[in-house]
Amino acid sequence: MSAPAIDPTKVAAAAPMPDIMPPVKARKGFWGFMYRNPTIAVGGTILLLMVLMAIFAPYLGTTDPTALAPARRTREPSAQYWFGTDMLGRDVYSRVIYGARVSLFVGFAVAICASIVGLAIGVVSGFVRWADGIIMRIMDGLMSIPSILLAIALMALTRGSVGNVILAITVAEIPRVSRLVRGVVLSLREQPYVDAAVAAGTRTPIIIWRHILPNTIAPMTVQATYVCASAMIVESILSFIGAGTPPIIPSWGNIMAEGRALWQVKPYIVFFPALFLSITVLAVNLLGDGLRDALDPRMAKRL
Amino acid sequence: MFAYIVRRVLATIPVMAIVALFVFSLLYIAPGDPAAVIAGDQATPEDVERIRQSLGLDRPYLVRFGEWVFRILRGDLGVSIFTNLPVSLMIQQRIEPTLSLMVVTLLLAVTIAVPMGVVAAWKAGTWIDNAVMSFAVLSFSVPVFVVGYLLAYIFALELDWLPVQGYTPFSNGFGPWIQNLILPAVALGSVYIALIARITRATMLEVLQQDYIRTARAKGAGQRSILFLHALKNAAVPIVTVIGIGIALLIGGAVVTESVFAIPGLGRLTVDAILRRDYPVIQGVVLLFSFVYVLVNLAIDLLYTLFDPRIRY
Repeated sequence: MSAPAIDPTKVAAAAPMPDIMPPVKARKGFWGFMYRNPTIAVGGTILLLMVLMAIFAPYLGTTDPTALAPARRTREPSAQYWFGTDMLGRDVYSRVIYGARVSLFVGFAVAICASIVGLAIGVVSGFVRWADGIIMRIMDGLMSIPSILLAIALMALTRGSVGNVILAITVAEIPRVSRLVRGVVLSLREQPYVDAAVAAGTRTPIIIWRHILPNTIAPMTVQATYVCASAMIVESILSFIGAGTPPIIPSWGNIMAEGRALWQVKPYIVFFPALFLSITVLAVNLLGDGLRDALDPRMAKRL
Repeated sequence: MFAYIVRRVLATIPVMAIVALFVFSLLYIAPGDPAAVIAGDQATPEDVERIRQSLGLDRPYLVRFGEWVFRILRGDLGVSIFTNLPVSLMIQQRIEPTLSLMVVTLLLAVTIAVPMGVVAAWKAGTWIDNAVMSFAVLSFSVPVFVVGYLLAYIFALELDWLPVQGYTPFSNGFGPWIQNLILPAVALGSVYIALIARITRATMLEVLQQDYIRTARAKGAGQRSILFLHALKNAAVPIVTVIGIGIALLIGGAVVTESVFAIPGLGRLTVDAILRRDYPVIQGVVLLFSFVYVLVNLAIDLLYTLFDPRIRY
């Protein structure tokens, strides 16, 4: 459609645009962003629901997740016990809802800890030439121990506690994060604006703070979501093989570990925590993929 | 070229040294008395003392590390605290199932994942591509033992096509051997397949935009020959790199898969060792797996020149 000739003076004077050009609904702000990035919207929503579920666990029709009741053990799922009961008569529904707390806490805590430590190591490695070689050789060494095995080995030494699980998984994740940060830092250092800052006599800490760190936020956010997803899976694996959170704590991995012996006859004990864990990790992965596409188009092209 | 090989081989030495130092130090990083840590909760003071002496804790740290390294270089991985058997013997007894599982998984994964990624890239944007990518995200999100239980439930318990659990040695014949390995291999391979398929798709997308692909098309080359001869060959390096790096996933996953399918391999050995705090065994297995991982990736690096003659060192 060709626009009819418009008297420029009139346009300048007239505030509303003529009808022939309907205002383009540029979706802006939060909802526009969600509309353009459906994976972020879906992943974020599911994750938010899981977080709310974890926080409000006591109000979701749950009973004490650790209450034993041998009289009603291994009941099939029913109206009273939505997800059935386990071999000690504990309500699987309550355990699964409360289990979200452990898994999400471990996931978020590892993501935050690994990001902070990895960022620090990566920045030092990218800026301090003599330290770079040493740090990266150490990271190479740590990376050549498969991360689950590394976490298992660390857990074998310590008492099983949520803190130790977080520590073990964090140590296993740090090499990858610091390598990523180092790569970003090295490429940023070549940027003209960093040269300009150096030429202007800016001190290194200020350069790091003003010019380097803000530019690591996008790739770090994406990486942190992947670390979070992988941490939740590793936590469940550790608990599953008996090297994770203490059995008394109802984490999804622990519920599955306890249901293991009966899985051929009472598969629901394993099924429900597995379903919740998978959905949560899927949500985090979707969020990560969406953030990667939105924040880091170059990285998105690569994968 | 020769100089590169020498340099690359030499470069693995510090990496292995750091792995060894880390595995050795694990015991001393842990809070408390290492002898008491090894001995566990139910140990008597005599047990602790016995272990303290066998560790030689009275001598300097680096001396102990040096001795330990020399023992390992001679193939002596120490003695299990629980069974009193040499760790190297225990590993030898358990290595066949794990090796079988990994080789089958590797072959299965590569034969499924690479064509999957190629087709996804060829049909980019269509439902096939979407299906492959959805499968990939899903596989990344479901823990390996859940996939294992799901497969065992459907194909072993409900359909009764394959054995639920267990392992049959290769010496009992190929049929029973492979039957017992199919489900564990698919379960273990799911993440690996997703990883390889994703990288194959991404690399192929890039390669398919190159000029020589257009040239091949212009000269009338068939679709299949373009995809698998012209494009895949040029996409080989990143794909093979990921296949190598992904072996870490296989190693970690094998520990769990063996528990699910009751396969008496190194994974079971590791899990049992953890539950008994049998530290020499844990050290031995971690060390072995890490060295295999490093060596596989070294071999892949050296093989690059075969895949891509453009690479000259």
